[in-house]
Amino acid sequence: MALGGFSSELHVLAVDDSFVDRKVIERLLKISACKVTTVESGARALQYLGLDGPNGSSSALTILDKQDLKVNLIVTDYSMPGLTGYELLKKIKESSAFREIPVVIMSSENIQPRIEQCMIEGAEDFLLKPVKLADVKRLKELIMRVGEAKEGLTKSSSPKRILQNDIDSSPSSSSSSSSSQDVSSLDDDTPSSKRMKLEPKSS
Amino acid sequence: MDTLIAQLQRQFRDYTISLYHQGFLDDQFTELKKLQDECSPDFVAEVVTLFFEDCEKLISNMARALDQTGNVDFKLVGSSVHQLKGSSSSVGAKRVKGLCVTLKECCDSQNFEGCVRCLQQVDIEYKTLKAKLQDLFNLEQQIVQAGGRIPQVDI
Repeated sequence: MALGGFSSELHVLAVDDSFVDRKVIERLLKISACKVTTVESGARALQYLGLDGPNGSSSALTILDKQDLKVNLIVTDYSMPGLTGYELLKKIKESSAFREIPVVIMSSENIQPRIEQCMIEGAEDFLLKPVKLADVKRLKELIMRVGEAKEGLTKSSSPKRILQNDIDSSPSSSSSSSSSQDVSSLDDDTPSSKRMKLEPKSS
Repeated sequence: MDTLIAQLQRQFRDYTISLYHQGFLDDQFTELKKLQDECSPDFVAEVVTLFFEDCEKLISNMARALDQTGNVDFKLVGSSVHQLKGSSSSVGAKRVKGLCVTLKECCDSQNFEGCVRCLQQVDIEYKTLKAKLQDLFNLEQQIVQAGGRIPQVDI
């Protein structure tokens, strides 16, 4: 499945101020055959993307480097000191270069207005922490479908074509730094349990 | 006639189950175990180590804030306990997380005595968990050293 800009793996930028959570999300993504870059703040995320100010990137990444390290998905915590996940989301959606990148917000708090606010601002999804393997798997499938739609590959069949088999088989054959673990062989919880969209939740 | 390996494996199984049943661990810990494999054989140990370092640092911050008699920065305590609650949730440290919830409530209502008491409990609780997980990891090591496999424990 050759998708422009995707090459063999998704490159995910994960933003979280917690050491523990960065380690967990990194492993969750790597085991799901993604390439991962973790940063500890919204400011660092903007720096990484080269969006950190009118004078351009201060991180010495060249344009060429940026293309090699093209980010396919941004996963960010909501509550962070300094720039919150929501503010980071807004900055990304305001930028012409990066607004197409799907952004997923994570939070330990199930606050409906917060969720709605993020979805309205253009977040792709909202994950309730603690994040589980099933969440990441579902996320990856969502992102691959979003990516495919953008590449115009859905024209040959119905819009809801599920690529489960394709998704599970192709990424696990990729090499590089991620583990070649076949996610489909792991026991998963029901993926829908963490779907936060706009459904009312009684607690 | 039980081999050493079988005995150790049973001990490991029983101990693991007891940790869940006594509420020390919840299913997020199980989720972490799923992320451990040959490529990342010490993942769980590494994550919990980071967690315990977090505990030490955040508890120390909160203790210092509570020590400022007459000038306690409850906002600082609140944000520290929020962080601790988050990381305890991420590793499945159920009891620690529960105490963080209580501590947060004391903090939100600026209940100084409550905060002090609760913080002490959090301190005791994380140290208890740390010792128990150390025992668990030791059992794993013994099994491996005896040439056995670490059993999959279904809770």
